[in-house]
Amino acid sequence: MNRLMLTTAALALIGAAAHAEETLSVYHWFEYMPQELVDKFTAETGIKVTIDTYDSNEAMLASLKAGKLGQYDVAVPGDYMVQIMAGEGLLDTFTPEELPGYANIDPQWVDVPFDPGRKSSIPYQWGSTAFAVNRDVFKGDINSLGLIFDPPPELQGKINVLDSQGEVLALGSMYLGIPQCTNDKEQLKALMEMLLKAKASWASFGSDTAKDVLVSGDAAAGMIYNGFAAKARAEGAPVEYAYPKEGYVVWMDNVVLLKDAPNRANALKFMDFLLQPENAAAVTNYAAYTSGVMGVEPFLSDAVKSSPETNPPADAAKGSFIAVCDEETQKLYDAVWTNLKK
Amino acid sequence: MAGPGSNHAPGPGSWRGILVPLLLPTWAMIGIFLLLPVLLMAVYSFLTKEFRGGVEWEFSLAAYDQFFLNRGLFGDEPPTLEWTYITVFARSIAQAAGATALCLLIGFPTAWFIATRPASSRGIWLFLITVPYWVNLLIRTVSLRFLIRENGPLNDALMGVGLISEPLQIINTNMAVQLGLFYSYLPFMVLPIYAAVERYSFAYSEAAADLYANRWVTLREIVLPIVRPGIVAGCILVFIPSLGAFLAPNLLGGAKNFMIGSLIEEQFKKSLGNWPFGAAVSMILMTLVLIVLFVQARAATRQEVR
Repeated sequence: MNRLMLTTAALALIGAAAHAEETLSVYHWFEYMPQELVDKFTAETGIKVTIDTYDSNEAMLASLKAGKLGQYDVAVPGDYMVQIMAGEGLLDTFTPEELPGYANIDPQWVDVPFDPGRKSSIPYQWGSTAFAVNRDVFKGDINSLGLIFDPPPELQGKINVLDSQGEVLALGSMYLGIPQCTNDKEQLKALMEMLLKAKASWASFGSDTAKDVLVSGDAAAGMIYNGFAAKARAEGAPVEYAYPKEGYVVWMDNVVLLKDAPNRANALKFMDFLLQPENAAAVTNYAAYTSGVMGVEPFLSDAVKSSPETNPPADAAKGSFIAVCDEETQKLYDAVWTNLKK
Repeated sequence: MAGPGSNHAPGPGSWRGILVPLLLPTWAMIGIFLLLPVLLMAVYSFLTKEFRGGVEWEFSLAAYDQFFLNRGLFGDEPPTLEWTYITVFARSIAQAAGATALCLLIGFPTAWFIATRPASSRGIWLFLITVPYWVNLLIRTVSLRFLIRENGPLNDALMGVGLISEPLQIINTNMAVQLGLFYSYLPFMVLPIYAAVERYSFAYSEAAADLYANRWVTLREIVLPIVRPGIVAGCILVFIPSLGAFLAPNLLGGAKNFMIGSLIEEQFKKSLGNWPFGAAVSMILMTLVLIVLFVQARAATRQEVR
């Protein structure tokens, strides 16, 4: 009897050890991947997925730098953060041969400035950051950043801006027509003055509340991500998403292979899974952004397919990524942001 | 059955020898969860900032320099006193003081009311005070946001009874922040004052009345000095957490200006990524709090001696 129990225990241990190899640790944004898709991956591959979440690119970077590197296999940084993480040596590389789905990547997203040739990352979702306006409150033309930075009387005191240095300063620079990374004293002073003046007509700074304040009517206009604006509209807010003529921020979230990944092979399987059009479309249907994978159209829901937030008008201006400044220049922008919020 | 002889309490001597091992868990708690993190923070505040978060192990006073000295946007001007962060501290202190005053104003009569109820019903009143605190602070703060918004129930009610004709702008103002802090920390004011008032013997009030003291004089000369420790404890318990709060300022005040809490958060979790500076701000905040506590403790001892 005793021997039988021992054997059973030993077998159980072996089973557990064999099982333990089939895991994957994902470090991901909150509410950015439907649970059904995770379950589907586990059903197809037998790999058990653990997901930890973060709420900003910077929080994720801080946590990896503080010692979490080596615990996660993949993370989902935004464009500029991919470049920063590569510069910090936090990313592993792969070859296209290791990913059968590599060919599914939309060609316009293969040779991206933040990871030329896609050596460490694959596209997840992309979208834009501009602003949405309550059409019951303001009826004029909305396609200018002036609505946020030099607002008409109807919107003054009713504007929410994202509590995010990168987006506010990038959009402000586009409004003034100056580069995103400049050392020029006069340009920086002009940016500072413009923002301080604009702040007088802003009601609040908030990123995770950006959608709610538009739905509740606390804000009549607000800087917002396009998918978030689509959700606000779906929840009944009479808002329209703007494509400002001065430009707007384009961003792309990417699945990266982390350095010292404990389950590198499984990480590649996961990335390949996300490159399959049906799976990429499932994320898009959930998050209301746009996939970076070709062939997703047949799997998209009608609401997402026709949403004005992801289908810019033909004459819309081009958006740009947030630029990554060098250390000396970044210091100046940090000072501008601190000065704006002091 | 234990005889009368065996029924004696252990004297101080009987702990000798096992006292140290018995105290070890306490020391370990204090060491690991209190001293070590504070020490880590102190060390980090004197290290060199690494670009985009992290530290280099090289001694530097840059964090404290940044806090106190202003060298201009481009770092090429002669250093003058930096007002940016002093302003942030002053704002937080003012908000915390306002919230504490509000809590005292409402908390003292409340505590007095509860303590003067019959002993049988006091428990119910105390229970009612604590009920809202079973709900998470974040949820309570967000709910308050819904109540005080421009088209919210508060404004609807006030306009309904004709008290105001235009909705009050409360959300995204300093008033909203103080209201939020007040709501968050009110029991910390009520409970210590209640404990002090409950011990107060009303025979003193009767004696004062016999000696022709009116109610105001009785309150000032008899009641307040006796329940003062409860008031001081309540004020400290409300003031200190309010000082570092960032939920109420962010959700109710609109986050337009840094408070101490959000300034520190921004150094670690957001784009500013300056760990030594975040640690230095925390150290300065802690020093200020310790000074307040120290002054209070000194005053309390002096009063006992008197």
